[in-house]
Amino acid sequence: MRLTPDEWIFWQHGFVKLNATIAFTWALMAVLTIGAALVTRRLATGHERSRWQNLLEIVVTGIVAQIGDVGLKEPRRYLGFLGTLFLFVAASALATVLPGFEPPTASLSTTAALALCVLVAVPLFGISGKGLTAYLKSYVEPTPIMLPFNLISEVSRTLALAVRLFGNMMSGAMIIAILLSIAPFVFPIAMTMLGLLTGMVQAYIFTILAAVYIAAAASNPGSSRSGPRPKAAA
Amino acid sequence: MLIDWFTVGAQVLNFIILVWLMKRFLYWPVLDAIATRELKIAAALADAATTKAEAHRQQDAFRQKNLAFDEQRTALLREARDSAKAEGERLRLEAREAADRASARRANTLLADVQHLHAEIARHTQQQVFDISRRVLGDLAGVGLEQRMCEVFIQRLQDIEGAALATLGAALRAVCAAEPAGLRSAFALAAPQQAAIRAALDALVGQPVPLKFDTTPGLVGGIELSAQGQKLAWSIPDYLGALSSDLEARLAVKVPA
Repeated sequence: MRLTPDEWIFWQHGFVKLNATIAFTWALMAVLTIGAALVTRRLATGHERSRWQNLLEIVVTGIVAQIGDVGLKEPRRYLGFLGTLFLFVAASALATVLPGFEPPTASLSTTAALALCVLVAVPLFGISGKGLTAYLKSYVEPTPIMLPFNLISEVSRTLALAVRLFGNMMSGAMIIAILLSIAPFVFPIAMTMLGLLTGMVQAYIFTILAAVYIAAAASNPGSSRSGPRPKAAA
Repeated sequence: MLIDWFTVGAQVLNFIILVWLMKRFLYWPVLDAIATRELKIAAALADAATTKAEAHRQQDAFRQKNLAFDEQRTALLREARDSAKAEGERLRLEAREAADRASARRANTLLADVQHLHAEIARHTQQQVFDISRRVLGDLAGVGLEQRMCEVFIQRLQDIEGAALATLGAALRAVCAAEPAGLRSAFALAAPQQAAIRAALDALVGQPVPLKFDTTPGLVGGIELSAQGQKLAWSIPDYLGALSSDLEARLAVKVPA
């Protein structure tokens, strides 16, 4: 039994390798991109729209609304990063229903990569939102004594993001694999459905936490719309 | 080792590429379509608001026009009614004046006809009386009318008495040869007739009275003596005067002027 799809290697040449994580990621990217391109190829601007256009509009406007609810003043500015995080994680969870598919998010490398992206995006959005000095000053507030703790917080929450998503996705896939060997009939189906729910929740949690981190970094300290403090998630 | 750093790097790169792809093929087109639709809806709402405002404006304008039209119609009707009333009054006055003028003309014409008829009757009557008297006197006594007139005139002179005699005598005595007393007659008096009259006057006054005899056809039939503003006359028109007055009274009753 593979603990992570990284171990499923299709091709390797020295340090460079093509494993299942990368391959399935490409597959998801292809599906998402081709699907979006097919639907958005003929977008209607009138009152009559296709079902797929309605679905995409619901997804996009829903993500924008969620970002706005977190406290970010210009949700569309963060839509590319946060929306793609959600869609990628959610698509990975949904694709677990396909036989033989192993979600890339069940790989700690993928979740670590996403967490690293959040780790880099938070200061970038924070600096662009309120300036370099103000952003750096936020690390020594309320007192300079908090600087090491803030730095530790940055690293720990990034690690928490990666491990939380990896643990949930990997455990779900693992449980389904184990149950298939023990009770291969009805029970794995129920667990698969539970896994779908867990995956969607994880996608939501990952995206919302990233949004909260960005909001906390990009908002002014005295602003009433400063982002909420991140809370621990399952 | 659960983390493969090559895979981590590859996934970071994959994620960045996916972000760009999603922006390119999903977010921008969908958001643009939504924005375009919102613009269309906003434009439609604005157009509807404009149309509604225009409809309200036209409704108000139409209502104002209706009110103005009603007021104008009422004013025109009132003006026409007043004008018709004034025109009727004017025509009625004109008709009354025309009727009055026609009535006056008719009365004048009728009066002129009556006067003409009176004159004609008087003239005819005089002529008839004169002719009848002439024929009656000629047939009965063989005396001419002129002779009888002289006799009657002389008889009148002799019948004068009292204050009238004194006044006439004073007037006749005041006349002289330069301004003789006038004696006018409708016909030329014969010499014996002139002598008889002269003798009667001389006897009345007591002295010779210069006389001047004139013939005046307008007297119709009669003799008239005038001296110093005093007049003594006898003529057929004196008799006809009473007849004319009687006829006028009768005509006045039958034909109002």
